[in-house]
Formats: sequence, C-alpha cells, structure tokens
Amino acid sequence: MSDLPFILFSLVAACAAIMVVTRAVPVHALLYLVVLLLSLAGIFQALGAPFAAMLEIIIYAGAVMVLFVFVVMMLNLGRTDRDRERHWMAPGIWIGPAILSCLLLAALCITLRALPPAAGPDTLVSIGPQAVGIMLYGPYVLSVELASFLLLAGLVSAFHIGRNIRGTVTGEA
Amino acid sequence: MDALLLPLIVFCPLLAAGILFVSAGRMPARASCMIGAGSVGLSALLAGRLAASFLAAPLPAGTLHMALWSWMRVEGFSTRIAFALDPLSLVMMLVVTGVGFLILLYACGYMHDDPDIARFFGCMTLFVAAMLVLVFSSDLLSLYIGWEGVGICSYLLIGFWHTDTANVVAARKAFIVTRIGDAAMLCGLLLLATQASTLDIAALLHIVATGPAQLLPATAAFLLLGGAAAKSAQVPLQTWLPDAMAGPTPVSALIHAATMVTAGVYLIARLHPLFMAVPVAMKAVALVGLITLLLAAGSALVQTDIKRILAYSTMSQIGYMFLALGSGAWQAAIFHLVTHAFFKALLFMAAGAVILRVHHRQDIYQMGGLAPAMPVVFSAFLAGAAALAGLPLLTAGFYSKEMILQGAWHANPLLWAGALLGAFATAIYIFRCVFIVFLGTRHTEPTGRTGATMAIPLACLAILALAGGWMEMPDTIAPVHLLSHLLSPLFGTATAEGPSWLLWAGSLVPLAGVGVAWLLWRPRTQARTAPEDAIARLARTGWGFDTLYDTLLVRPFITLGRLNQSDLCDRLSDATAATTRAGSRMLSRMQSGQVRRYAGWIAAGTVVALCLGIRP
Amino acid sequence: MSTPSPTEALLLASILFATGLLGVLARRNLLLMLMSIEIMLNAAALAFIAAGARWHAAQGQVMFLMILSLAAAEAAVGLAIILRLHAAGRPTLDADTGNRLKG
Repeated sequence: MSDLPFILFSLVAACAAIMVVTRAVPVHALLYLVVLLLSLAGIFQALGAPFAAMLEIIIYAGAVMVLFVFVVMMLNLGRTDRDRERHWMAPGIWIGPAILSCLLLAALCITLRALPPAAGPDTLVSIGPQAVGIMLYGPYVLSVELASFLLLAGLVSAFHIGRNIRGTVTGEA
Repeated sequence: MDALLLPLIVFCPLLAAGILFVSAGRMPARASCMIGAGSVGLSALLAGRLAASFLAAPLPAGTLHMALWSWMRVEGFSTRIAFALDPLSLVMMLVVTGVGFLILLYACGYMHDDPDIARFFGCMTLFVAAMLVLVFSSDLLSLYIGWEGVGICSYLLIGFWHTDTANVVAARKAFIVTRIGDAAMLCGLLLLATQASTLDIAALLHIVATGPAQLLPATAAFLLLGGAAAKSAQVPLQTWLPDAMAGPTPVSALIHAATMVTAGVYLIARLHPLFMAVPVAMKAVALVGLITLLLAAGSALVQTDIKRILAYSTMSQIGYMFLALGSGAWQAAIFHLVTHAFFKALLFMAAGAVILRVHHRQDIYQMGGLAPAMPVVFSAFLAGAAALAGLPLLTAGFYSKEMILQGAWHANPLLWAGALLGAFATAIYIFRCVFIVFLGTRHTEPTGRTGATMAIPLACLAILALAGGWMEMPDTIAPVHLLSHLLSPLFGTATAEGPSWLLWAGSLVPLAGVGVAWLLWRPRTQARTAPEDAIARLARTGWGFDTLYDTLLVRPFITLGRLNQSDLCDRLSDATAATTRAGSRMLSRMQSGQVRRYAGWIAAGTVVALCLGIRP
Repeated sequence: MSTPSPTEALLLASILFATGLLGVLARRNLLLMLMSIEIMLNAAALAFIAAGARWHAAQGQVMFLMILSLAAAEAAVGLAIILRLHAAGRPTLDADTGNRLKG
C-alpha cells in the first residue's frame, strides 16, 4: 500500500496537469506547471530518488520555468489575447484530442496491467547522489557527453534564432 | 579461302548500302551508280570465282560451311549465324548476283536523273545483301533475317516515290500482306525450334527424316507454306504483287520478278524433306500453285497496264514453280526459277525501256506500233515473250516448263492438264501484249533513245533467256542434264520422263496460243479497247480478292477500331493511374502543414502500435 | 512500512502523458503547446524514475538527467522560436497559421 504523501502528491500532480492544459491565461498555466513540477519532485523523493527530486526543483521549476516567465513577460499579453484564447478553446475542439488521449491512456493502462509483479522484496531503497554520480561518470559517461552536445546545440540554435531580433532592434536604434 | 568468299559476297553490297545511306544523296549520281552496280558486280565476280572452284572440285560433303559466330546459346537451344554453300544455294547465288548486277546496271540508265538515286541504290544493294543472306544461311533463324530484310527492302522500294499516296498505300499493302505470311512462318520456325531444339537446316531435316511421323511436321509445313505463299504471291496472299508495280521498274525486275518472290520456292525446295514427310502439304503446295497459275493467267489476259500484265504473269509462273514443288519435281522448280529470273527480268526491263520512251505511259492501248522505233527493245521483249510463252526448242522457258509438265504428269494428270491450260493462256496474254504494244498503228510518238547502260543488260538477258535453257534438255531432244546433275546430291535423280506425246503437247500448245493471239490482236483486226464484260472486269481486278479481303477483314477492322476509339482496354491501366492519383491526393491532404494535425497522427500511430504490441 | 508502488507511479506517468498529449492536440497557442510538451517530458521522466525504483537501479536517474537536459534545450529553442514569431508580426502565436509548408 502506498504511503500518504505519494497519493497526495499524485493527486496534486494530476489536477495541476489538467489545470495547465485548460488555462486561458499563460501565466496561470505556468504557475500550475510549477505546482506540477514541485509535486513531481515530491513523488521522486517518495520513490527514493532524492537527487532527481532536487534537480527537478532547481533546474526545472527554477531555471526552465524562469525562462518561460521571461518569455511571457516579453510577449506582453493582454485582455485581447485572453479573449482569443477563450475563443480558441471552444468545447467542440476538445472532443477529438480527448478521444485520442483516452485511447492512449487506456492502451497504456492495459500495458501496465500486463507488467509482471516485482521480483525482489517490495521495499524501496533510496538511491543517493553518490550512486548516481558513479553511474553517470562510469558506464554512462558517453551520455554525459551527448547531453553536453545537446545543450550546446540548443544554445547555438537559440542564439541563432534570437540574433535577428537583436539585429533589428540595433538596426532601428 | 573459298569459305571466306561466302561472307565477302554478302559484305560487298552491304558495305555499298552503308556508304550510300550514309552519303544521304550528297554524292553525285554517277558515283552512286558506280558504287551500287559495282559492288553487286564485284559480288557477281566473286560468286563466279566461287562457283568455278566449287564445280571444279566438288567437296566430299557437297557443302561448303562457314560459321560466322554463335548467335545465342541457351539451355536446350542454340543457333549460329552460319553460311553454307550447296548446289541449291550456288544456283541461287549466281542468279541473285548475276541478274542483280545486270538489273542494277540497267537501273543506272533508268534512274540516272532521279534526285533520290542514292537512296534507290542503297535499298537495292541492301536488298541484294539480304537476299544473299537468305540464300546462304544454313540456319533457319538467320535465314529469317534475310527473309525479313528482303521484305523491308521491298517495302522501301515499292514506296520509293513516296510523294504519291498511291505508291505508299501499295507499299503498305505489300508489307502487311507479306507480314501475315511472315508471322505464319515465324510460328512454324518456333514450332520447329521447340520440337527439334535446333534450327540448323541439316540437323532439322535429319530429325524430320529419322523421327517418327507426327503432327509436328504437318503443322510446321503448313505454316511455312503460308510464309512462302505470302512472299511468292500465291493464293490466297497474292493480292500485293500487282500493286507492288508502283515501284520503279528495275525494282519490279529485281525484287518482284527475279529474286525475292522466288524466296518462297527456295524455302520449300530447301526444306523439301520436311514437305515430303507430309503428303498433304505437298498436295496443298501443288494445288496452291495450280490455282494461282490459272487465276493469274486469267487476270493477265485482260490487263491494260503493261507492268500489271507482267506482275500477273510473274504470279502465274511462280505458280508453275509451286506446282513443280508440289509434284516433287524439285529440279524442275529450280530450273524454272532460274529461267524465269532471266526472261521475266528481261521483260520488265524491256517494258521499262518502253515506258521511258513513251513518256511514262503504261497503258498498252496507248502504245502500239513501237517496233520500228525501237528495234533493240522490241527484239529483247520478243525474246522474253517467247521464253515466257515457252516457244519450243529455241527458248529457255520451253525446257523448264516442259520439265514441270513432265513432273506434273507423274504426280497427277489433272495437274498436268491445268498446267497445259495455263501454258496456253500464257502464250496468249504475252503475245497479246507484244502485238498491241509493238505492232499496229502508233498512238504515242516515242522520244529519246535507249542508252547503252540499258541496252547491254537487255542483250545479255535476251541471250540468257534464249540459250539459258540448254543446260537441261529432255532426253528426246538431247541428253543434257547439267542442272539436274548439279542438284542431284540434294534432290536425288530426276524422275523418268513420260511418253513422248507429252513433249509434243507441251510444244504445240504455246504455238497454238501465239496463233490465237495473232488471230485476235493482229495489226489489222486489233481491238483498240480492253474487253468490258463482267468476267473481264472481275479478272482485271484480280478475281475480286481485294474486295473480298476488304469486306471480310479491312472494313470490320476499321469499324471495330472506330467503335473502340476510346480504347476500352486502356481503361484498365487508366483506372490504375486514377487510383494512384486519388490515393496521392488523399495522402497529400494529410500534409496540411498544421503542427497539431501531425502531432495527432503521431499519437494515433502510437496508439495503434501500442494496441498491436499488447495484443496477445 | 508501506511504500509507494512503482506501478502506481507508472499509472500517474500515463495520466500525465495523456494530459500533456491532450494539451498539445487541443491548444492552438504555441506557448501552451510548449508547456504541454513539458508535461509529457516530465511524465517520461517519472516513468524512468519509477522504473529505477522498481529495480533498485541508478540508471533511472541517469536517464532523468538526460531528459532534463533535453527539456532545457527544447525549451530554449522553442521559446526562441516563439519570440522570433512574435517579433516577425505574428503576436497571436497561432500554431495553425504556420502551414505554408503543406504538401
């Protein structure tokens, strides 16, 4: 039987996710997303992954969400945007995606049911940062390199895409 | 050394054809003439050299082989491009190169002011090369190359003056009708190839001779007979030959009298064991020959165009050869082939000379009284006519026709009677032509003169048409059997001769025919117009075969084509195209460019893949 | 002591993934679509963590780190594109208007 914090965090996460996708104002959705990420961090902690939980809070809920907040600020959204967003979210639009999502969920649930029961003792062992670090810089050092490549590529392309904006601004100035 | 001459004889005219076609008329007319006639003359010289050595020292096997290269070798079948010289092809080679050279020499005079003379000589030399391939081939498949080669040259030359639609139509007709026969022949060849797994003539005939009698030789023999009948203008595929006279006169002389139309005779003679194995096919050959002989002679009686008279006469004479083949008188058929090549080429060339002198008129009723104006041409034509009619003792046609009559008598007296009737008609129609054209009152004033390039071949052929028969005589007159002796390794000894009254009948009937012609068309009482009753009109149009084929085949086909204008069979492939196009349109609609749609497709694909994965 | 079962964590991951998919498919605003993609990525990360917990292995967290860097890069590029579109005269961020590349 699951412990109480896990169930609570799970409920919060599910509700927050639903709220994120149904909000008309981006900032509201963003706040719910932060809630979702924090509750996920709690779940990670409950699942015995404290390092992941900390990273989730620091990098995801911290850095990435700040990026989103900056962008939302720069977009300078107003009442008209909110109205248009409401207009886009007419009830009819939801039917097709909802059916598809439910189908996917059903398929995933059936897959989960087919999983074999846990072979080992039904106890959770906390896996600390040390074990993760040894694994990371041991057999998985190549994936660290790949991640660094990916981040570098993201940096370069973001710079390239964003460069023209600055170019026009300086051009006008 | 001798074996090398064989491909060289073919190569000379082929090279000339290549040069002439490539020159595309940029050479002066005289150069074209010299290349064309010279190459064939060179072949004739080489052929003479080869014949001399062949006759002087007969090979033990009786055949000279020259395998050029292996064409194809697959499992269970192989064929080679190979030449062979045996007595039969020797005779044919001499006829093709010798008569061919004389005709090309004549053509130099006849065509000298034609702007397309290079094309003319190119086609003619190509024809000679193809005909030699046909004659030399020791393999039926390479023989078929020559067979089709002469067919295409015939088509090109009938339609030589292609600006006139009628000529093109005639060429097309000749091509299509002979193609029907060629298709039959190809079927026969393939049948033989599948059954005997070889098309080498010697091996094939060996299999036919030793193998058990079955349906195969009969079917193959009839299919080959179809091919031979179409090429040699025999009933029922004879309708193309009279129209083929649309071509220039040397073409008619070379292709449609002397050589190509006798290819059918050559084919049957070459494959005679196959036909001998099937008595029904022999009877059919004889019957086809007899019917053609009589029908064509009847048509020739009432024609007004001098070249058409000669065309029908050619059909009739080839009918004689088929009759001889069907009677098993192989030597007689080949003998008549040779003499016919002499006198028919002579007649065509003389007729061509006449036509040139009377401003390209061909209607005999517009000529008349030309003998004093052109004595050389007249004597040449007279010699040819006498040989064609078979006037006794003096002419070549007499001896060959006599031999055929003897053979027919041995096969069936009824065939002999038909052939004799044909001989009577032959004498009448050709001397009708002689009397109307050369005697009586003059209707068209002849101009110009016949040059030496035309007169010399005429003289040569006139001598051959008269003296060419002395190589083979009945025993009653003189025991000379040069040709039979030459051909005996192939055909065996000739059959014994019949009673001597046969010879008398054979000599008197042509004389009677000439007498009848004199009574009907002698200068005083000459009728100045052609007979116009129903039978004459029917005979003039070739006994309505054209109309029959038109109603039976051509018109239904055209109607069918008109009905099927929208091409029903094409609908099937159209449907395939339409389905593909509709499918592509449907799929391209998926490419809407909308990110969310794409995401939807990805999600749907994921769901489907998951469902497939969890299905037990 | 009762412990959270990895199977239930996987169930939660499925729900989050389906919700994120719903957002991607239903929302027209590019910003909201990006957020939905973040939800889906987190669902995947949760699945990895749960699997790692299930087998007592550290690899789950290693994969979580991979997803983390992936999400960071994706957010950076995606947000840059959004800013670019906004500056280029498309302030509505409508995903459906960017269909000039259709077949």
